[in-house]
Amino acid sequence: MLTKSTHDIAASFSRRGVLAATAGLMLGLASFTGAKAADDTIKVGVLHSLSGTMAISETTLKDTILFLIDEQNKKGGVLGKKLEAVVVDPASNWPLFAEKARELITKDKVSVVFGCWTSVSRKSVLPVFKELNNILFYPVQYEGEESERNVFYTGAAPNQQAIPAVDYLMKEEKVKRWVLAGTDYVYPRTTNKILEAYLKSKGVAQEDIMINYTPFGHSDWQTIVADIKKFGSAGKKTAVVSTINGDANVPFYKELGNQGIKAKDIPVVAFSVGEEELAGIDTKPLVGHLAAWNYFESIKNPANEKFIKDWQTYTKNPKRVTNDPMEAHVIGFNMWVKAVEKVKSTDPDKVIDALPGIEAPNLTGGVSKMLPNHHITKPVFIGEIKGNGQFDVVWKTPSLVPGDAWSKELDGSKDLIGDWVEKKCGNFNVKTNKCLGSGS
Amino acid sequence: MPAKLSARLCSLLLALLLVAFALPAFAGPFEDAVAKFANDEFSDTEEAIGVIASSGNPLAFSIISALQDGRLMADPDSKKVYVTGTDGKSVDAATGQPVASVPDSASAVRLNNRLRRSVDAALGSLTLQSPDLATRLQAAQSVFKSHEETALDAVESALAKETNRSVKSALGEARAAILLYKSDATEVQKLEAVATIKARGDQEALALLTGIGGDQPASVTKAAASAIGSIQSSLAVWSTVQNAWYGLSLGSVLLLAAIGLAITFGVMGVINMAHGEMVMIGAYTTFVVQEVIRTRYPGLFDYSLLIAVPLAFLVAGAIGVLIERSIIRFLYGRPLETLLATWGLSLVLQQAVRTVFGPTNREVGNPSWMSGAFELGQITITYNRLWILVFTLAVFAILLAMLRYTALGLEMRAVTQNRRMAASMGIATSRVDALTFGLGSGIAGIAGVALSQIDNVSPNLGQSYIIDSFMVVVFGGVGNLWGTLVGAFTLGIANKFLEPVAGAVLGKIAILVLIILFIQKRPRGLFALKGRAVEA
Repeated sequence: MLTKSTHDIAASFSRRGVLAATAGLMLGLASFTGAKAADDTIKVGVLHSLSGTMAISETTLKDTILFLIDEQNKKGGVLGKKLEAVVVDPASNWPLFAEKARELITKDKVSVVFGCWTSVSRKSVLPVFKELNNILFYPVQYEGEESERNVFYTGAAPNQQAIPAVDYLMKEEKVKRWVLAGTDYVYPRTTNKILEAYLKSKGVAQEDIMINYTPFGHSDWQTIVADIKKFGSAGKKTAVVSTINGDANVPFYKELGNQGIKAKDIPVVAFSVGEEELAGIDTKPLVGHLAAWNYFESIKNPANEKFIKDWQTYTKNPKRVTNDPMEAHVIGFNMWVKAVEKVKSTDPDKVIDALPGIEAPNLTGGVSKMLPNHHITKPVFIGEIKGNGQFDVVWKTPSLVPGDAWSKELDGSKDLIGDWVEKKCGNFNVKTNKCLGSGS
Repeated sequence: MPAKLSARLCSLLLALLLVAFALPAFAGPFEDAVAKFANDEFSDTEEAIGVIASSGNPLAFSIISALQDGRLMADPDSKKVYVTGTDGKSVDAATGQPVASVPDSASAVRLNNRLRRSVDAALGSLTLQSPDLATRLQAAQSVFKSHEETALDAVESALAKETNRSVKSALGEARAAILLYKSDATEVQKLEAVATIKARGDQEALALLTGIGGDQPASVTKAAASAIGSIQSSLAVWSTVQNAWYGLSLGSVLLLAAIGLAITFGVMGVINMAHGEMVMIGAYTTFVVQEVIRTRYPGLFDYSLLIAVPLAFLVAGAIGVLIERSIIRFLYGRPLETLLATWGLSLVLQQAVRTVFGPTNREVGNPSWMSGAFELGQITITYNRLWILVFTLAVFAILLAMLRYTALGLEMRAVTQNRRMAASMGIATSRVDALTFGLGSGIAGIAGVALSQIDNVSPNLGQSYIIDSFMVVVFGGVGNLWGTLVGAFTLGIANKFLEPVAGAVLGKIAILVLIILFIQKRPRGLFALKGRAVEA
């Protein structure tokens, strides 16, 4: 979800050389471990940043895949072969993502890649996956408006996170006035565009919507929090829908707490704040603020409890938290294993065709299904932040919500669907009955 | 007689029956409501709060306040509800009888935001006549906020008894808020209410007046509109004051981050790209100090920052000396190489911290004296920002005094002004270089302690300050501490006045463009250093 910070751009003139050198060093290490692998293994690529600004979020996902592979190998691997992880470090550097993806596919000959976090990194590797015809599982909630043959989106599309959250606030908290606050890049901007259109369709007036963008890593929130307070004093119930990303969240919530904005006055519902992010904050002043996800660590369920226990044993850290993108990787990984076992081959073409329709249990008690548009069905939960950094689920959708690749709220995409089963097309226009093709 | 006897028997029977029925019927609406907490349904909890708050039962306050603090335990199996006191002892919520222990199957009754508002409103009306002044004031405030009609009687009777002036005026405002929203209040009452709320004059008053809706008498609508106008214009003045304060606060953060760089870059001329990492090391030192305090001496938590400041100075300073001795001293006079080496070093330090402490944020707590805020007129001043401003100015003053009045300060100035002459006067220039670099790094470490209070403690912490720091030092004038001070506050205030107009992203860009233009005009910054050092 993150893109390059403004600070980095200013500094990158000198940085690229050093970065490449460091990355090269790490690559050397990675391929060294890969080199001694035998041929009778199935290789699984892991493309997550282990250094740079995104390491904070992506390192956990790398560990998740290693953990899943370890578990699968204990069960005897797949098709009688052991799985073997090939880990590379794209170092939060978006062009490097494409290079590393190419290397994974051509040099290491992986059968599938689990990776990426930010939308910009996903966009950067897309052409590589198309050209070399491999599979990418992308585990993070994103802005939608995309359906590619080689990518499987196991994170939430906007209709699986943003829209239900807004519905909850409207119904349960009777919110009439909306602050859409986000970090300035593609995910928040697209999500806010969708939300704005949705709110207007529900009769919210333009003057009751305030949209605000901040740079990456923004740390001085005084003015914006004061603005939110002011906007909230118009006599109508106000809420903040936050697509603020990454590091900027901590100072934002600290400022909210210090300026005394309580959840009962102006609740904040966040789409990028999970257990992992809260680990860096004292959550007592934040009790009652909300987050919308498809998974919470606190959800009581035998599958989830077992997963948390195994994960903490694997990482040898009894306090290690779990979060939503991790669950997405769990679902995606299990779906891939099932598809491979179904077609008895790791050939990407066969697996891509087999994946739609495959079902895998999620960790919250349901069974998620891969849809023809390469998105999955997921339940949506609204959780309230508790004093211990966990969430208390206050609302959930009655059933699993299928992910929309193309938003129904935007004029440009409301007639589009992705269907890789019948139409063999990622952007099929149902009105004109035409596939727009890969050009768009 | 037999008839009489049978009648008596009958009445006795009836009485017995009545008693028998009355026993379960003893569980009146209050007890029923208490039992509802065990259903774990938000709507039931809300109903229960309403019934209990208006029951007049002496247990009501303890139940509702326990609910607020998460001390109200409900057992879904037996439908029993318990209040666990702050002392750890529990009582049965419905009867007030002590119980030996709360069963394990019981869990705290859950709340959501809507319920938290009802709890506040209920507690407000219950504590209006509390003997404690602060509780009464808070109760009046929460009634003002919730302005529910049901609280009117409680407010009026409290108002009649109240003697304290500030509580009295808060109660008056609460009464006005209720009347303003009460549909059957008279026009005169409502006009009075508008006047009272107008006198309060803050954002909450504004919210209340804006929200009254159109179904009011024309005179009330008009009075409200004019009150809104006058509150808004007074708030506009306050918002300028607020921007200025925010600017000062941002300026102090910039100054704090840049002040160490003003020494290593400004005074020594070393382009130190690892400066931000020194700040980060200071922040991690604070984290380690707090961890130790948390596990060993929890009572010292409020002093954790005071303990962390000298430690951060020593740790970062020592690393600074080490860097100077092992890398930088070989690169004097080669700015490009210095830049590359220190940049590489910054990556090494980041990755080292990432390996030791993990990639995720670390929690650094705010001591109680740095949490929260107070109101000054109509602006909110948060304690952490205030203390950081004070702290920054103190660090600046100490540094200035050190450079001016100590032997080391004199030597530093001598070496920067004319290295060769200083050397021929017997000053060990290389030792002074190491100490100066150590001093700059140590001050960056101190900055890290303060910044850990407002920002993430993650390996990337330093990166976000390095550009800003260079900006401040270059803008203020290289080699001049006063220039750094003025530069930091100018940039902070300019940024905060631009931000509401242009937005945070554009505001930042505008500042950068302005600095570029300014540097074109005055390449040496605000306060250019004159003398031989400039040409050297």
